Amino acid sequence: MAKVTIDGKTIEVADGTTILQAARMIGPDVAPPTMCYHSKLKTSGGYCRTCLVEVTKGSEKDPRPMPKLVASCRTNVMDGMEVGNLTSPKVIEARKGVVEFLLLNHPLDCPICDQAGECHLQDLGYEHGSAKTRTDFERRTFEKISLGDKIQLHMTRCILCYRCVKVADQITDNRVHGVLNRGDHSEISTYIENVIDNDFSGNVIDVCPVGALTDKTFRFKSRVWFTKPVCAHRNCDKCSGKVHLWYKGEEVLRVTGRKDQWGEVEEFICNTCRFDKKKTSDWEIDGPAPVNRHSVISANHYQTLKMGSEFKLNDVKPLSITEGEGS
Amino acid sequence: MLKIEPMENEVKFNSESLAVIEKIVARYPDGKHKSALIPVLHLAQAEFEGWLSPAAMDEVARVLNLKPIEVYEVASFYTMFNLNPVGKCLIEVCRTSSCWLRGANEIVEHIEKKLNIKDGETTADGMFSLKTVECLGSCGTAPMMMIGAQFHENLTYEKVDTILDSCKTENKRKTYFDNVNIEHY
Amino acid sequence: MGKKLLLAYDHVPGIKGFEVYRANGGYKSVEKAVKTMSPDAVVEEVKKSGLRGRGGAGFPTGMKWSFLAKPEGVARYLVCNADESEPGTFKDRYLMSRIPHILVEGMITSGFALGATAGYIYIRGEYFYIVSILEKAIEEAYANGFLGKNILGSGFNYDLYVHVGAGAYICGEETALLESLEGKRGNPRIKPPFPAIAGLYGCPTVVNNVETIAAVVPIINDGGEAYAAVGIGKSAGTKLISASGHINKPGVYEIEMGITVEDFIYSDEYCGGIKNGKKLKAVVAGGSSVPILPADKILTTPSGEKRLMSYESLADGGFASGTMLGSGGFIVMDETASVVENLHTFARFYHHESCGQCSPCREGTGWMEKILHKILDGHGTMEDIELLWEIQSKIEGNTICPLGDAAAWPVASAIRHFRSEFEEYVKNSNNLKKVRHYDSVNQLVSA
Repeated sequence: MAKVTIDGKTIEVADGTTILQAARMIGPDVAPPTMCYHSKLKTSGGYCRTCLVEVTKGSEKDPRPMPKLVASCRTNVMDGMEVGNLTSPKVIEARKGVVEFLLLNHPLDCPICDQAGECHLQDLGYEHGSAKTRTDFERRTFEKISLGDKIQLHMTRCILCYRCVKVADQITDNRVHGVLNRGDHSEISTYIENVIDNDFSGNVIDVCPVGALTDKTFRFKSRVWFTKPVCAHRNCDKCSGKVHLWYKGEEVLRVTGRKDQWGEVEEFICNTCRFDKKKTSDWEIDGPAPVNRHSVISANHYQTLKMGSEFKLNDVKPLSITEGEGS
Repeated sequence: MLKIEPMENEVKFNSESLAVIEKIVARYPDGKHKSALIPVLHLAQAEFEGWLSPAAMDEVARVLNLKPIEVYEVASFYTMFNLNPVGKCLIEVCRTSSCWLRGANEIVEHIEKKLNIKDGETTADGMFSLKTVECLGSCGTAPMMMIGAQFHENLTYEKVDTILDSCKTENKRKTYFDNVNIEHY
Repeated sequence: MGKKLLLAYDHVPGIKGFEVYRANGGYKSVEKAVKTMSPDAVVEEVKKSGLRGRGGAGFPTGMKWSFLAKPEGVARYLVCNADESEPGTFKDRYLMSRIPHILVEGMITSGFALGATAGYIYIRGEYFYIVSILEKAIEEAYANGFLGKNILGSGFNYDLYVHVGAGAYICGEETALLESLEGKRGNPRIKPPFPAIAGLYGCPTVVNNVETIAAVVPIINDGGEAYAAVGIGKSAGTKLISASGHINKPGVYEIEMGITVEDFIYSDEYCGGIKNGKKLKAVVAGGSSVPILPADKILTTPSGEKRLMSYESLADGGFASGTMLGSGGFIVMDETASVVENLHTFARFYHHESCGQCSPCREGTGWMEKILHKILDGHGTMEDIELLWEIQSKIEGNTICPLGDAAAWPVASAIRHFRSEFEEYVKNSNNLKKVRHYDSVNQLVSA
């Protein structure tokens, strides 16, 4: 076991735990923001640099501070380690820089982006960024490519987190897309016109932290904050069948995997569940999905504590913003 | 040992290249044949007209038993691989610091004028392509350009003219394998 | 004349071939090591020698070797970093193309010390013509029993291969090199684990620069102490310096560390002074990544002493007034050179070579290039200079690999020491000489 102190709060965790995991265990107040790390994807993390933290004391044995800020998602805790996240001015400065880099070539087309409202980059910019732009150069663009009739790729919005590549590598055996080219010309692509088509391809949408990969069947149908996420399940022979259904009125507008409080998918789902089961009758409803109280969705959320069979969609009434605590 | 399965594809390595590939694959431990990818892409580029078409890359994927996307990812990362057709003589002029200090920009402009093309373009007759590149390790003999595997150093306008004129007369495709004994690749 | 350890036989005709190399004492270190020494004893000699990595970082080689994990039944690898791509550096090219056997010999002796099963020489693709030279040398070494099974009857088995890259500066970073050697994109790995624990194919691996490996030969031949006696203090031995730019005699020089910078620039034995009788303006002393210094600061240390060609003396004064020995790529600029324009070629270089994995480097390098281009074009503002400073400070230290630092330092040092020159470009934007500044072009346009 290792005792680690992050922003003054101490927790004891198993050896081999990363600083990020330990911080998440302490709670959202000390957890560094992440863009490329995903708890269900092996080798994810380390690229975006948003979760950089300052290690002010290496360990009990070797108390020297680490010379550079480290990526908390890829650095293991040591016994006696002391870490500064939001209490470290260095971290706050560096993170502001990272946000600026990530937004440098990002199109900021949030008004027409389906991800708006559940976009990690929006949250990151809001919480850790600076309010002004210091670039007047033209933003980078890419040639549009099609990935088939289910998945929409907007490469200009991509922040190269590699999560969609890792999910394709780790849960399918025939990855057809990847990161091509180099440097700031890098892009997610299939290179030759190719459809991403396998039973689990839709998961690239769920792991994308921004609006680079979105659900074509949901495209422009509704702002996410006008929809109501509901936990549901079905017997599926390909996946766990545990999903979130996103309702508008009585219509299921989209199906996604269930996400945890960090916005990361709990279990990956198959394309049948995602794209072909869009009727309430396809599903057993478990109850309203927990929504983080900071989420824009909660502003228009609903209150119902009736679970399972007692749960009726029509009982769901929007709350006022002040009441909208969600769960 | 890696077994090469036959497959229908218009672009196919000749038997000489296949033998070289076998030799290359043998340099790496069993099951690590992906290591051969870059050396084999070089072979493909030399054999298939100086560039890597999707078909050529698919052929590389086939012989090395890799997913095509793995080949595209790698080929597009490294600047020596041309993903578009190039002229018979690809002129790569270094333009970084030491070469710049010794007149690389002027050399580029001279070539542009002489061939009537811009950086990144190919002449209408398909003879020459011009590409400015980053440091090739010829700083002490700057300015320089590379055509095929050949370094041309301490360039002057006259020297450039002579070299390009002789390339034109020779009318042969230059590759990185020029003067490289394939036995020693 | 300073002592020559690597280039001692450079002038001998035919030294490229096995016979002549052998006749001049070649492969003695292999004989000595495999017949009379234990692997640990070889490591010990290298530790004693004080040899430091010649690729740029200057990390003690013996210590790096002693970190190598040695689990039972797991292969170990020695990889030679011949991806020399640091602008201003061409010493490895010189050494490999002229005396290929010293590298082969060093790879065998070092491989023995580490108990490696195989060695790979990862050479940058642009040095294609050297591939043949090395392959031929390796073939000769095999034919003479210095490679393969049971080397010189010692029971030591070792194979050596050449692996060619394809154009990527980043592959000079050791973990990117290993990725590339595994047939992947040259994306640096996130450390830990370090290669000494999990390197090539996940096996314990040592990656050393060409010159480092070659230096093992004289160290084993003459003993670590003899090597440590050459040079000065912790800068033991000789160093190959690639000299280029506005000097009378550009080229590769083997220097005994500790000679003065002034001597190196002005004496006829080395650079032979500034070309056309011009005045010295600035020097980039250790390859493009290291801080540029103005003439007065490169020639003298902060305490007013003559600066020496050594790790310590070049670094004297920290980044405020010092620089680094780096890879020994010594670029000299005379009074006519524009520091800002030169910096633009560096910024373009790092933008072009960034692998794109982590955001500060991917986005920041391109941003810096664009701002410099804007300043050179006469559209720059004073705020742009501040912004450049800001950007480099946000890249430095925050990236996965040292390429971020390498891109930041030249910008920081140019502004630190030559701010007025940047301001000149901003103030006199109408009088600028119309020069074309090439932007990064990544792909050839279709024929």
